[in-house]
Amino acid sequence: MAQNSGSFLGFVHRRRRGAELFLLVLALAVGIGAYAAVGIGVEGEVPADIIGYGGWLAVLVVGCHVVVRFVAPYADPVLLPVVAALNGLGLAVIHRLDLAYAADSSDATPAGFARQQLIWMTLGVLLFIGTLFVLRDHRVLQRFTYTSGLGAIVLLLLPMLPGIGATINGARIWIHLGPFSFQPGEVAKVLLVIAFAGYLVLHRDALALAGRRVLFVDLPRGRDLGPILAMWLISLGILVFQHDLGSSLLFFGLFLIMLYVATERPGWLIVGGGLFLLGALAAYKLISHVTLRVDVWLHPMSYYDKSPGSFQPVEAMFGMGWGGLIGRGFGDGSPQRVPYANSDFIISSIGEELGLTAVIAVILLYGLIVERALRAALVCRDGFGKLVATGLAAIFALQVFVVIGGVTSLIPLTGLTTPFLSYGGSSLVANWVIIALLLRISDQARRPIPDLSGPDEIADSEATQVVKLQS
Amino acid sequence: MNKPIRTISIFCLLLFVALMLNATYLQYYKAGALDKDPQNRRVIAAAFSRERGAILVGRDPVAQSVSTDDQYKFQRTYSQPFKYAPLTGWFSYYSQTGIEQSQNDVLSGDDSLLFVTKLVDLLSNDSSKGGSVELTIDPAAQTAAYDGLRALPGDVQGAVVALEPSTGKILAMVSLPTYDPNKLAGHDFSEAGKAYDQLNANESEPLLNRAIQTRLPPGSTFKVVTAAAAIESGNYSADSQVPGGAEYTPPQTGNVIDNEGRDCGTSRIPFAQAMENSCNTTFAALANEVGAEGMRKQAEAFGFNSHYLEDLGPQAESNFPTDDALSPAFVAQTGIGQYEVAATPLQMAMVVAGIANGGTVMRPYVVDEVQSPELDVLDKTEPSELSRAVSSSTASELTKLLVATVDDGTAYPAAIPGVVVAGKTGTAQSGIDNVPPYAWFVSFAPADDPKVAVAVMIQKADIPRGEIAGGQLGGPIAKAVMEAVIQ
Repeated sequence: MAQNSGSFLGFVHRRRRGAELFLLVLALAVGIGAYAAVGIGVEGEVPADIIGYGGWLAVLVVGCHVVVRFVAPYADPVLLPVVAALNGLGLAVIHRLDLAYAADSSDATPAGFARQQLIWMTLGVLLFIGTLFVLRDHRVLQRFTYTSGLGAIVLLLLPMLPGIGATINGARIWIHLGPFSFQPGEVAKVLLVIAFAGYLVLHRDALALAGRRVLFVDLPRGRDLGPILAMWLISLGILVFQHDLGSSLLFFGLFLIMLYVATERPGWLIVGGGLFLLGALAAYKLISHVTLRVDVWLHPMSYYDKSPGSFQPVEAMFGMGWGGLIGRGFGDGSPQRVPYANSDFIISSIGEELGLTAVIAVILLYGLIVERALRAALVCRDGFGKLVATGLAAIFALQVFVVIGGVTSLIPLTGLTTPFLSYGGSSLVANWVIIALLLRISDQARRPIPDLSGPDEIADSEATQVVKLQS
Repeated sequence: MNKPIRTISIFCLLLFVALMLNATYLQYYKAGALDKDPQNRRVIAAAFSRERGAILVGRDPVAQSVSTDDQYKFQRTYSQPFKYAPLTGWFSYYSQTGIEQSQNDVLSGDDSLLFVTKLVDLLSNDSSKGGSVELTIDPAAQTAAYDGLRALPGDVQGAVVALEPSTGKILAMVSLPTYDPNKLAGHDFSEAGKAYDQLNANESEPLLNRAIQTRLPPGSTFKVVTAAAAIESGNYSADSQVPGGAEYTPPQTGNVIDNEGRDCGTSRIPFAQAMENSCNTTFAALANEVGAEGMRKQAEAFGFNSHYLEDLGPQAESNFPTDDALSPAFVAQTGIGQYEVAATPLQMAMVVAGIANGGTVMRPYVVDEVQSPELDVLDKTEPSELSRAVSSSTASELTKLLVATVDDGTAYPAAIPGVVVAGKTGTAQSGIDNVPPYAWFVSFAPADDPKVAVAVMIQKADIPRGEIAGGQLGGPIAKAVMEAVIQ
């Protein structure tokens, strides 16, 4: 190909779309197979709607593949299959829990969370496709740095507004608009990544170069501490006013990682880590529900029959222990004993009925997502793209760590959804968009460098962009 | 920016490794402990809907799982509920007791002995079945004990334990009042809960297994232990003269001990007479001759102050005062089984069983065999020695005294024609106002080749206070149990 001549050292990434299709077939086998296994395990027969259900999943997944093939041909081939497998498994487990809830309640109609989730998945896939179509170059997003930041703050504040905001399970992170309820925080995290990336790519030099050296570590200047202090306060605000420990941790950790990557200075990690410890300690001492969470984490068994207590995490531990290495099998456990088993605690349902094997598999799948995202960040040619990809990877890593770590009692419990598995529309849709952004960045990164000698529209915009950055 | 990105990727790797290690810890290493947590309803619900193994007496199940149509698939049923309740305990959704609890691993099929069965079930996709437990109980002895105790007038509170002296097998264990475990094991949990609350609130404590959980002063039956200590000291044999007299005043006190009108001669009397007439003065004096430490050592050699029953619980430890500097007034009281001496019926049965077995006390046990669902024997309990309480010569001297007590003394109601029986009565002061004395009886037979040792304890029955006597009340029950075993 003529284009290859322009690439660095002659190396060019292969498109690997065939590999993606093959992996997608495997992912579909996981999703549809799990759905069939739920039917066999719980009701003793393959569900009657397996053709319709499987067909619908296949249409969504293959649709994604076809779109990627056309609009992002060089995109990473592993991300989409991993996401499809997770989403399919999540749907099956939610369906399993629907059946369990129906068996426990008096009316025999399943609760229909799985059906609802499938609709959300469809919406998520449509947004995924839309994002890939509309956003042909991720660098366009840099123009919306401050718009995104403002949007994120507005979204985070929305639940505080009387009328549309609502407190569910002690956390004020929901808004109600007519029949829809929505967690704006899920969208806010995407906007925050864009805003951070745009801001940091412009100010990285100032943040990186100035400072003094204390004990072999370069500490930043006092006046540059502004942004990190602001972010720290916002995170604390989320914790204090919205009682959302998980999001607070996620946003601050995200900012810290992006700051470190942008400036290449470990000093920021030390400053940020110190602030985190300070905030965590203060929250533990001053905020009663944080104190309770930590106490429950330290002594789960003694809070079992108290309210509020540790019934949920202890039941999750019992369930996972009961599942053991290979699990009880669909239909032979009691995952519904854990409150919110189909959302925050879905990993305990998987652990109980599919065992440690499946839990490790799921964790590895998340690890793959993070790894592929960071790989896209490494090969990406522009700083903004690197930062966005790193930020999105960090969101995944932190969120998965916080929620799975919380459910398995590695760390105190904080409410967050398990990406792609948990029931919940806002989270699912937002995560599909995140994957679209990652695919777009990896497509840009892996695409051969266009021949700059020719009149090429993309090359032009890229050149302009670079000049602008260096000014 | 690539260097920090690589650093971050290592950081993320650590996060995920931590998650995987923790999940492994939780689901593999800690799983066993989590399954054993009493708050874990999953394990109980699963055990509840599994075909649990039977509890067998001989070949007959006294507890078994019968299949039902409801969601739990199996209903635990007890075929002779009242007679065996103190042994079987109950298996309910909320709790298990007795053999149902102590042998839960076998009965539920989780025991490692049943590994092969489980593996076969797993491969053949059968739902796993629990193993069976065969008890050491002799059904005839159990029936004799139960019927005998129940025949006493009024609402009886008491217990009977029979042991095989040479092995420690528990041949009978009865406790009254008793209860119906079927009502607690029902699948209507609110009904079962109500039944439990009623039983639990009942003042006569029917849920208590008095044979191993009730400690009372053993009274004169403890004189056997005092006699054992005296003979072991080397100063006495069955033919010796021992201190006698109508009254005994321990050194340094003014508390007089008398014999409640029984003939205990003057200063020295034959040992046999002292035992036959259950002379308080003799044994109070002997106890002081032996001393507090010697008495304690002898009592502990028979099992006092220790825990020895492993396959049924919870067992109350029988008590003998551990203060070796006890004042002589109290030592005198311990010599006749009063003061702080408190024994379970099982403990008193072990005292006579030890003497019957030539001085060696065998560890008591109630689980004879563990069987697979296919009735293959997986494990058989081997009798084991608990302690050498007295020498064999002391044991044979004691046997002579106890045979004389049945032949010519207070223990005559236990006499069996044609069989040499050894026995001792006891009527212990409760030490509490308005609580009548406790009647005790211990015995073994045949004295020349002991097959069974029995202890009977009657805590309360509808009998006028003045007529309560160990021999009259306990003797016939002990006799019936011994006859049931021998014949």
